[in-house]
Amino acid sequence: MNLAFRDIRHKLGRFVLTCLGLSLLLGVVVTMAGIYRGQTADALALVRSIGADIWVVQADSHGPFAESSRIPGDTREMIARIGGVLEAGSITLQTVQIGRDGRRLRLQVVGFEPGRPGGPVNMVEGRPITRSHYEMIADRQTGLSLGDKVDFGRRAYTVVGLTQGSVTLSGDSVVYMTLKDAQDLQFDLTPPETRREFARGSQRTNTDIVNAVVARISPNIPAEAIAADVRRWKHLSVLSAGQQEAILVTTVIERARRQLGLFMGVLTVVSAVIIALIVYTMTMEKLREIATLKLIGAPDRTIIGLIVQQALLMGVVGFITGSTLVALARDRFPRRVVMDPGDLVILFGVVVVVCLLASALGVRVAVRVDPARALVG
Amino acid sequence: MPDAVPTDALVSLRGVSKHFGEGEARVDALRDVTLEINAGEVVGLLGPSGSGKSTLLNAIGCIVEPNEGWIALDGEVVFDNRWQRNDLRRLRLEKIGFIFQSHNLLPFLNCVDNVALVLHLAGRPKGEAQHRAIELLDYLQVGHRRQAMPAQLSGGEAQRVAIARALANRPRIILADEPTAALDSERAGIVMDLLRKLAREQEAAIIAVTHDEKIIGRLDRICRLRDGRLVSTTENRAGPRSETTT
Ligand SMILES: Nc1ncnc2c1ncn2[C@@H]1O[C@H](COP(=O)(O)OP(=O)(O)OP(=O)(O)O)[C@@H](O)[C@H]1O
Ligand SMILES: [Mg+2]
Repeated sequence: MNLAFRDIRHKLGRFVLTCLGLSLLLGVVVTMAGIYRGQTADALALVRSIGADIWVVQADSHGPFAESSRIPGDTREMIARIGGVLEAGSITLQTVQIGRDGRRLRLQVVGFEPGRPGGPVNMVEGRPITRSHYEMIADRQTGLSLGDKVDFGRRAYTVVGLTQGSVTLSGDSVVYMTLKDAQDLQFDLTPPETRREFARGSQRTNTDIVNAVVARISPNIPAEAIAADVRRWKHLSVLSAGQQEAILVTTVIERARRQLGLFMGVLTVVSAVIIALIVYTMTMEKLREIATLKLIGAPDRTIIGLIVQQALLMGVVGFITGSTLVALARDRFPRRVVMDPGDLVILFGVVVVVCLLASALGVRVAVRVDPARALVG
Repeated sequence: MPDAVPTDALVSLRGVSKHFGEGEARVDALRDVTLEINAGEVVGLLGPSGSGKSTLLNAIGCIVEPNEGWIALDGEVVFDNRWQRNDLRRLRLEKIGFIFQSHNLLPFLNCVDNVALVLHLAGRPKGEAQHRAIELLDYLQVGHRRQAMPAQLSGGEAQRVAIARALANRPRIILADEPTAALDSERAGIVMDLLRKLAREQEAAIIAVTHDEKIIGRLDRICRLRDGRLVSTTENRAGPRSETTT
């Protein structure tokens, strides 16, 4: 005869309600952890979707994501000639807002040279860009589908491929187009005065500017050797893929990350306090029954079992329900929520430990209960 | 460990005193109470409110620890001048059945399980515990309510379930604090007759606190308390009453 279970069944509605409340609370903690992970994943998504071994950027710049970086368009040819570089490609980055179905869509436009590094490595549908103009690859998060036409500046672009998971660190969706298109687009979107200057005949000397050159290198040559070679050109610096990721995680989203981490910590403490309160209250409400159990001769083990089992059951049910709710609602969040199994295991461990500690508190009270208390009115 | 018990009585108290609080707030609930109760006896504790009846009952039931004196139950010394056994809960489980005015049934177990629980705690296998619980409820004429939860029972039904629970492990000592207060006089009589029958059949001692003059005729002996002292013991067994005053 399991007393913990019988008692719960007796007050089922209340137990369900308590578990539901707790599951919402733990759901928020799980979500926070997911947002924390999601932010890191988002910060790295674009870098990883380009899949370069080294990033050549403007001298002394941590670009092109963390800082601005502008280098001449012919840099790519110089880089490609360095020993150990297998292939290199130029890329441009710009943020564009377009109107679509009555709402504004904020996009990160990546210009790249088809057939060279810089294009997306995470395509899930469609084909790569084959024509040199007016084709684009979009991320699924934009809501665009294959064959859709999108107006950029004065041109309509056709979506020929879709990627999954290409976002910027602020959560904007990424689209890819040819370098040439991207540069024209940049020009189209420059202020009217500048365009008027060009129209008067001044040379468009500065249009062949790119933001970075990305390269794949031979696995036998250390990135550092190539970097040393590149740095001889005084106007360039080199970042390895690892450095690029480190910059994004440690500098760009550092504050946001710390803020989220802090918030998550506070929430975990709040949940712990609430669980402890619930378990303690559950015990206090049962003092009369506990006294009765003692009176009829039940050993402490029976009473401790009653408290600990109920606390654990509540914690486990709350945690599982909470995590399930988050898993179901995950895609409805405006930003990415990554449920890391390791995080879930740790959180589960925390919940179990908190439940055990809280029941220890209740048990302390329970074993001291005077059996005579059962006799009072 | 104190010496062997020099008495045949089932319940034996010598010079038991108990006070609550200290100094100004001190209340002497029991003063130097000496009492022996034999197997098969039904003893009533009477006295004005606050005279120490419940305290005496609780001292016998090992719920209240005396300050002084000596108590032995069924051949085992449980208290000897500040020394107290440490397996009182086992003792309560095996030797003592409690019946209280507030029935103290566990609200989350149905009637059978309330009774079966004490059998279960005493180590009886599940099936046997259930079987005996049902048997006891039938015997007390509440068998038809066996699946009901305590909250759904009338006062008298709950009282009888509580009695069934008190009897489940065939305790040799049954302690009842105002067992009939919740019952009408007819039911009160039935309960008392039942307890008498049990005392005879199971060689048990029954000690009942009561205010209820209607059931006094069904007691073998009446112990009167005043201000914590046992002031008189009246034999009620056969023929004319013999009164001894201490
Ligand atoms: N736990 C306690 N703490 C302090 N005083 C107590 C306690 N229990 C009983 N007393 C006091 O001891 C005295 C005897 O109490 P007891 O409950 O034994 O009386 P009683 O004869 O059962 O009375 P009643 O008929 O009203 O139930 C009373 O004065 C009571 O106030
Ligand atoms: Mg009383």
